Amino acid sequence: MKTSYREALRQALHEALSSDTRVFLMGEDVGRYGGAYAVSKGFYDEFGPERIRDTPLSELGFVGLGVGAALGGMRPIVEVMTVNFSLLALDQIVNAAAVLRHMSGGQFSVPVVVRMATGAGRQLAAQHSHSLENWYAHIPGIRVLAPATIGDARGMLAPALADPDPVVIFEHAQLYNLEGELPADWRCDIRSAAVRRPGSQVSVITYGGCLPKALQAAEMLAAEGIDAEVVDLRVLRPLDTEAIAASVGKTHRALVVDEGWKTGSLAAEVVARIVEDSFYDLDAPPRRLCSAEVPIPYARHLEEAALPQAETIAAAVREMLNA
Amino acid sequence: MTTPAAGKAFAHRLLADMLRIRRLEEKCAELYGATKIRGFLHLYIGEEACAVGVLHALGPGDNIVATYREHGHALVRGIAMGAIMAEMFGKASGCSGGRGGSMHLFDQATRFYGGNAIVGGGLPLAAGLALADKMQGREGITACFFGDGAMAEGVFHETMNLAALWQLPVLFCCENNFYGMGTALHRAQAQTDLCVKAAAYPMATAKVDGMDVLAVHAATLEAAARVREEGRPFFLELQTYRFRAHSMFDPDLYRDKAEIEAWKKRDPVDTFPARLRAEGRLTDAELRALEAAAEAEVAAAVKFAEAAPLEPVETLLRDVHTPEGEP
Repeated sequence: MKTSYREALRQALHEALSSDTRVFLMGEDVGRYGGAYAVSKGFYDEFGPERIRDTPLSELGFVGLGVGAALGGMRPIVEVMTVNFSLLALDQIVNAAAVLRHMSGGQFSVPVVVRMATGAGRQLAAQHSHSLENWYAHIPGIRVLAPATIGDARGMLAPALADPDPVVIFEHAQLYNLEGELPADWRCDIRSAAVRRPGSQVSVITYGGCLPKALQAAEMLAAEGIDAEVVDLRVLRPLDTEAIAASVGKTHRALVVDEGWKTGSLAAEVVARIVEDSFYDLDAPPRRLCSAEVPIPYARHLEEAALPQAETIAAAVREMLNA
Repeated sequence: MTTPAAGKAFAHRLLADMLRIRRLEEKCAELYGATKIRGFLHLYIGEEACAVGVLHALGPGDNIVATYREHGHALVRGIAMGAIMAEMFGKASGCSGGRGGSMHLFDQATRFYGGNAIVGGGLPLAAGLALADKMQGREGITACFFGDGAMAEGVFHETMNLAALWQLPVLFCCENNFYGMGTALHRAQAQTDLCVKAAAYPMATAKVDGMDVLAVHAATLEAAARVREEGRPFFLELQTYRFRAHSMFDPDLYRDKAEIEAWKKRDPVDTFPARLRAEGRLTDAELRALEAAAEAEVAAAVKFAEAAPLEPVETLLRDVHTPEGEP
């Protein structure tokens, strides 16, 4: 069935709201407006203002309410419009959601799902273009997901809601308009990475908005006779280190592509795991392709130059293979 | 639920609980000096009438959210003194399994949601608990304790707005001890009439003498009844004072001795029994018996905590995530 990433997210939310009365959605403009990215369009009329809650511009407050409502037996889905605004809510995610179970000696779990858009690529400049997934992936006590395909957009929400602990879901803003087939077997776990394109010469390991670029790069390389494997991390915490090691064990080369800045990046963590777990499998030093160390600029050509692109991914692979 | 006009037995319970908190915390200070208790330790000494008056006006179906100065609230709510002391000792038998310490006392059985050590951090949690109750049609209300310092935090304003806007059954209990750590209220907040700030959202407010346990109890009964009946938040300001420093690390150089002494004359642990005696509702023997009971309970709690086991290091990684199969 032909669909879009946005529609797949919408179907997943619709299913959750229809099948469990404890589930409700809250966030800025999720109701009457229909969602900043139109993911919840029509829900306000269908489910009503009690379950599709428009919030004031109070990220810390309403994320905290979501944590409290989860403690109180509900299954809230809190939409923080974008990762950029989630900085205002960090305290409740890091100092409450992630630690309450631990601090209470296992008495109180926090089954909250926090969704947010992430990433650059739309000329929105420095304050609206962050990729801070690794900030969240640093924190014990939360699970961090990055659906990068239509199947994962459809499939990841249900297991996230079934998880008794906090789950943060990053939806790359460039993916909402992605169109394609919804696979028949879209049901999925929220534990494992996925090989999106099998290959033999190099592992391109990525997640989120960089996945389509990596797949495009792999196609370009294939035309040149280079066989690249593309691994989609899917789950950024906890990392599926076995899948990473398995791919590197097969290809003996790894390029990690990450829209975050290189310094202190998720890519740094993945490379460190590769060095720790797969050092003797490597035929070449592992490499990273990340965003340039600059606040994301407005001008289109500069923004494009700051971000990983299919061409730069392909070029990095060629360099690694001396091709 | 007991009415404020209730008799002697109820007054004795209030006094007994204030004495239990006082003796527990005096022992905590001593054990801190002896390095049995470590980390941050914030004593509630002087403020006991607030927790005792408020919590005796609430029911078992209500939720409690407290701050890092919460030993008294935890105790009056019904957590065993031994489990509180063991928690401060970092023992596995502590009410948070030794993972929380003094600032993070939790108890599912009594709906005691901690022990929050980020100033203002408990406010949206309380509103969220109230939202969950409202959406599920539960009867209970949520009482949220916080200090005057929290009212300078942005999250205070965000939460008050949401609670008023969504008509959430929260009883906001501000324990105004006139200092946010070492900074006096008037040096930190332009509007020092805290009820005026809360009323802006808007919500009903009341100001009460937090050194008078009966006044606190009566005000809470009235406020809680309104929250239950109207399904809206209420802001209760309890004016009180901590006699000790902010924490065990605080040399307390920012307050006049005369100010502290003036407040100590209003110590609820002295004034309340004096009042009961004057009214002929407390004999010296009865007071001695209450004192003895509190001291015996503290001694037993220390003994329990001393004997309690430490968690083996092998289970260090427990309680980060919920084990599979648990709700």
